[in-house]
Amino acid sequence: MNKDQLLKKRYRAEKRFKFYGLVSITLAILFVIFLVNVIFSKGRAAFQRTTIAVEVNFNTEELELSSNASIEEIQDADFYDLSINSLLKLYKTEGAKQEKELLRVFSPDHDIEIKNFLIKNLDNLNKNVIVNLTTSDDIDQLHKGNYPRHLPEERRRISDFQLLIYDQLVKENKVNKVFNTFFFTNGDSRNPEVAGIGGSLFGSFFTIIITLILSFPIAIFASIYLEEFAPKNRITDFIEININNLAAVPSIVFGLLGLGILLGTFDLPRSTPLVAGITLSLMTLPRIIIPCRASLKAVPPSIREGALAVGASKVQSVMHHVVPLSIPGTLSGTIIGLAQALGETAPLILIGMVAFVVDIPATPIDPSASLPVQVYLWSEQAERGFVEKTSATIMVLLSFLIVMNFIAVYLRQKFEKKWS
Amino acid sequence: MNLAIIVLIVLFSISSFFFARTKVKKIAISNQTKLNALPDYYGFYLSLWCALPALLILIVWTIFEPSIIKAFIFQGISGENAQTYNNSELNLIYQQIKSFHFGYFTGTITEEIIRGAESYKSFLSIAQGSKIVLLATIIIFTTLYALKKILNNNKAREDVEKIFKGLLFVCSLVAILTTIGIIFALLFESIKFFSVINIFDFLFGTSWSPQRAFVRDASTITAEEYADLKNAFGTVPLFAGTAFIALIAMIVAVPIGLFSGIYMAEYANTKVRKYSKPIIEILAGIPTVVYGFFAALTVGPFFREIGEKFGLEVSSESALAAGLVMGVMIIPYISSLSDDVINAVPQSLRDGSYAIGATKSETIKRVVFPAALPGIVGSVLLAVSRAIGETMIVVMAAGLAANLTLNPLESTTTITTQIVMILVGDQEFDSPKTQSAFALGLTLFFATLVLNYIALRVVKKYREKYE
Repeated sequence: MNKDQLLKKRYRAEKRFKFYGLVSITLAILFVIFLVNVIFSKGRAAFQRTTIAVEVNFNTEELELSSNASIEEIQDADFYDLSINSLLKLYKTEGAKQEKELLRVFSPDHDIEIKNFLIKNLDNLNKNVIVNLTTSDDIDQLHKGNYPRHLPEERRRISDFQLLIYDQLVKENKVNKVFNTFFFTNGDSRNPEVAGIGGSLFGSFFTIIITLILSFPIAIFASIYLEEFAPKNRITDFIEININNLAAVPSIVFGLLGLGILLGTFDLPRSTPLVAGITLSLMTLPRIIIPCRASLKAVPPSIREGALAVGASKVQSVMHHVVPLSIPGTLSGTIIGLAQALGETAPLILIGMVAFVVDIPATPIDPSASLPVQVYLWSEQAERGFVEKTSATIMVLLSFLIVMNFIAVYLRQKFEKKWS
Repeated sequence: MNLAIIVLIVLFSISSFFFARTKVKKIAISNQTKLNALPDYYGFYLSLWCALPALLILIVWTIFEPSIIKAFIFQGISGENAQTYNNSELNLIYQQIKSFHFGYFTGTITEEIIRGAESYKSFLSIAQGSKIVLLATIIIFTTLYALKKILNNNKAREDVEKIFKGLLFVCSLVAILTTIGIIFALLFESIKFFSVINIFDFLFGTSWSPQRAFVRDASTITAEEYADLKNAFGTVPLFAGTAFIALIAMIVAVPIGLFSGIYMAEYANTKVRKYSKPIIEILAGIPTVVYGFFAALTVGPFFREIGEKFGLEVSSESALAAGLVMGVMIIPYISSLSDDVINAVPQSLRDGSYAIGATKSETIKRVVFPAALPGIVGSVLLAVSRAIGETMIVVMAAGLAANLTLNPLESTTTITTQIVMILVGDQEFDSPKTQSAFALGLTLFFATLVLNYIALRVVKKYREKYE
């Protein structure tokens, strides 16, 4: 091989090597795009709910109400018969089987939906009104085009008769899509069409607040101590080793800690944001301390020396000068730590947050779910409707994380002083 | 209740701040003396003494109150009845009493429970009363003590700073306490487990099926039953599954992560770097449950379909799908760490290599990479530890059956999956099955501890070399 060939070969190797790097980066970026795309294309549909317009006659006599009934009275009334009668008027049925199939076009809680409509619009008493009622999950999926309707009947969850009803209703323009407020306000449910993340939103909110309250002051104090006051001795070394190690301990081990100590020894209430918050704050503590220390370290010694030179004590120089200057870095570190805690699932599963909770928690000691746990719970469900609900929950969770990370980056870039 | 007490203490402590400040000022003016510190420090001194001891006592009290009451109730139950209960029965009765007291009990109400609930109520009120009395006394004493000091014109600033530094120190001890808590929680249950199952049978047994384990007092198990029991708790399939999935993840993550890191450190201009680095780091910020969902819903079925086309039997919960997605998750850890490590290699090494005519890639391969190798090994070790401890992806995508297999298309299970599966839902207390989860946790904790320790040591050594 002569010199030229060798040189060419070397240049080719150079190009190849650079190409590998480019391919790797592109692959990684493609993964991000692909993942986000899958989640968004699946989850988008969950923000819409299919409804069918049904004519309801709010006859006070039939409902056994007084002619100007109060809200309490309506709350107590039974709307089931009225609801069934209104639904059966939609399409001509023969026999109990067809009646049942017609009713199955709707979500099982149609009577409560009608009741809630009346409570919101009290002036509709004794009137014939069109109410948009939520369809069952199967019809919802059919209307959104996710359901194969050309399969033979026995392999479909929707019967031929239901398809007939559906097509007729579509022809009459009675099937609508509305924005799915249920998704944000309702608690969990076995019926995907009315299941919502209201409960887990509150659960996550309480959990994060408790995590913030517990971990933020302790993390800041600990990092101030370690960075500014700690003498160089064995105890300090031991604390540092512990912090570095805890930051890398798998999160599920913290779940075992919560289960064994918080639930086992201290008898705290299971499945609650309180326990979740304590567990997660123990987990995030070292992850916050590390960036906090870095931002304290970034404050140049001249600041400390200047304060000491004009007669401030060590504590004064730290608290009045160093800590205020490190606040942007500290805050952004804390927010990133909290964002990690918000997405954490495994420890919460171990402390029992996987319980099926319909009610929206009012306090941190009520049982509840949280957003990531809701994702896990729904992903285990077989119904088609839960797939889009899960993806939509992920979209909500991701948007919280994006906002938090964005705030962290903004704080750092806007307020952090560059020393050099 | 506790919240009200805390609010009261805080309010009292805030008002004592203002009280002390004005008091000290007045004294200084009337006595014509010079104060030893700024008036604010006297305020801080008094308010710290008001609040800190009382809050500390309150915390300790709240932590220990339930277990003390529980002990009293246990005594009551066993004292009244001729029949003796074992520990788990006592626990059950205690839970029933508690739920009866709070009004959400749904079972048959027995005489015993009613009596228990009555004594529970009285214990609660006794505890409440004595807590308030104790706190009030402590606050009075500490306040008087601090007030006396202030009136004697103490060196308030130094005293406050001492207390403050003490507080900082205590906060930094939380890290040690957490570690102790973890070790305690894991060891406590694991020791119980290993008193039933021999530790060697646990570590080297090749069959795992804890749902077969029966609940029985450990001392009465016969040799025959033990032979059966030990077959339920052999962890070799779990270790193998964990290692296998971690290996698949590494096969995906190491080349992609490493090449991205190298490209970013050596080739990319600032603009590419500025945009591609945060995008890749998004992968690290996505919650693992999202990856799990992605693996179970998209990647698993995708492999299955492809497999079907080639006539292969692919489980929809295959090790391949879980490992692949886990690898994607780990890419940013390797890429950003190796990026840092490569950047830390001194420029003079590169310049030397260029000076004798090496191309950029030759310089990277022969000079920069060997120099950065310890750091890169450290970052890979950290990534391995993360892969071993990763839970949600494998729980959702890797399957539950403990197969001892090397076929990536079959389903395998991991340590973390089994911990979750055992502990999810209602657990029987004191059964070897529940305890085995803690024993698994302990193994996991030590495995990651060793990996992290080695990795951090290697990285640290490496940094020192070029500083």
